[in-house]
Amino acid sequence: MQLSNRLHMGLRGQQRFNNISGYTVLMVLAAVFMVPLYWMFSTALKTQNQTFAIPPEWIPNPAKWDNFSAVFDEVPFARFYANTLFLVAANIVGHLVSVTAVAYGFARLRFPGRNILFLVMLSTLMIPYQVTLVPRFIMFSKLGLINTYWPLILPAFTGSPFLIFLVRQYMMSIPFDLDEAAYIDGASRFDVFWRIILPLTRPALMLVIVFTFIDVWNDFLQPLIYLNDPNMFTVSLGLSFFQGARETNWNLLMAGSVLAMIPPLILFFFAQKQLIGGISVDGLKG
Amino acid sequence: MSVLTKRLTRSWTQLSDSERREALAGYMFISPWIIGFIVFFAGPIIASFILSFTRWNIVGTPKWVGLDNYQRIFTADPYFRKAVMVTLKYAVIYLPLEVICGILIAVVLNQKLRGIGLFRTMYYMPYIVPKVASSLVWVWVLNPRYGLVNTMLSWLGIEGPRWLSDPNWVLPSIILMSLWGVGGSAVIYLAGLQNVPDQLYEAASVDGANRVQKFIKITLPMLSPTIFFQLVLGLIGTFQTFTPAFIAAGRSGGPLQSGLFYMLYIYNRSFESMRMGYGSALAWIMTAFIMVVTLLVFRSSNYWVYYEAERKRTK
Repeated sequence: MQLSNRLHMGLRGQQRFNNISGYTVLMVLAAVFMVPLYWMFSTALKTQNQTFAIPPEWIPNPAKWDNFSAVFDEVPFARFYANTLFLVAANIVGHLVSVTAVAYGFARLRFPGRNILFLVMLSTLMIPYQVTLVPRFIMFSKLGLINTYWPLILPAFTGSPFLIFLVRQYMMSIPFDLDEAAYIDGASRFDVFWRIILPLTRPALMLVIVFTFIDVWNDFLQPLIYLNDPNMFTVSLGLSFFQGARETNWNLLMAGSVLAMIPPLILFFFAQKQLIGGISVDGLKG
Repeated sequence: MSVLTKRLTRSWTQLSDSERREALAGYMFISPWIIGFIVFFAGPIIASFILSFTRWNIVGTPKWVGLDNYQRIFTADPYFRKAVMVTLKYAVIYLPLEVICGILIAVVLNQKLRGIGLFRTMYYMPYIVPKVASSLVWVWVLNPRYGLVNTMLSWLGIEGPRWLSDPNWVLPSIILMSLWGVGGSAVIYLAGLQNVPDQLYEAASVDGANRVQKFIKITLPMLSPTIFFQLVLGLIGTFQTFTPAFIAAGRSGGPLQSGLFYMLYIYNRSFESMRMGYGSALAWIMTAFIMVVTLLVFRSSNYWVYYEAERKRTK
């Protein structure tokens, strides 16, 4: 056999070995990450007795699918779902309106103090929002807005520094010639914003929607502080309430957890590219 | 501030008519953020500072007590000390683990193999599970008798600890829970890895460097800006950790307050015992601490963070 050929075979063998060891590591890690999820899902399908079996049943037989409907019967889970979706929608609308407008102002218009204001906005990211929690609570309670959704919605209409930064960076990359050409054609500033910049910013707006959805869906501390009527609870708050009320019903608690993770999961599969790509982009430019 | 206004008014008078119109439009467009900044940020921060010198249970009028809250926090509040210790301990153990595991997983994910996207999705998935749900899952996974972890340990003949009911194991349990979501930062490191130019590795191979050498001499320095960024965010995040502690350790902090994270303590004082002044003082201490630490980390960054742009500048 010729030397070059033998060398080639050797390299292929090495390659195959790398592939096999690579996949082995990948599989082991996948198991580590997925097993708790499997445990959650399988517990959700057990009867209460099965959850306390030793050794545990890996595949519950029979699978008790009606745990999922039991969650809806025993706690107002449908209500929690609707409440959370409403909050998510309101926050997305708020962010879309405010974040795009503010980002446009910072990215495309010149005004005295722009850079200083932008720096001030970025520096607010460094200060934990928890320091504002108590005064905000006092403010909303003096306005009589405790146990309403206003404290969880209003701030969204003033934008979020992080999202504004993200969208502004994106808008900066759009050539200014487009604005100039539109102005020459007699377009107003609002026209340029609405008809030219916004449509071109669509990928960044997708990120705004995804991030807002996940943040609001997962938020726990603020609903905990502002809401005390169980009929107004969000999914996260409802779940924790459920945990306190019936500590040992792990099958139903896990069924509820499965239901709680479905919307973000669906969103994740639709927006996977933007999500993982977007996070890494802003992670590096920050 | 007066310098600022002087500069602003000066530049304002120098503007032409059309420039002024543009500037007005600009202020209008950013006005939502300005309103939010005043109403939901700057105002509350100042209010919180003033409140921290008062005693107030939200009904009635606040009573001015001077430095009383701070004095009590630093000299006579065992819970404060406990909360600081718990949070710092968590930060010191968890943050390095997060960086190490995040980078290792990113390296694993950076192989050119078929189906790698599927694995990336699987590693990332725990990160998107809502915190309340993932905390509940882990409370159940770590159940001393019926839980997954102790069952698996028993196969090896090990009797697992009592996890969340044992004061010594509460913090490790919460660290384990957090590490489950490490896929979130692994993805960021992965992006960092993919930005490392191939030529660097090729040049190193020509010089006879092995894998480990390449990793230490090329990968780590090139990743250092990402590591730095993640550490700063992680540190701030640690002081804000609330949900896992609330769900897993319990709202009062678990056995012997072993899971009393600082944020949980602020919540307890402010909203459970309704002590607005005391809670504000606690929040201000946290803010000051975070700002000082962030500043120190930024200061230290020159010594260990490698920025390509900077190198080009000095050339």
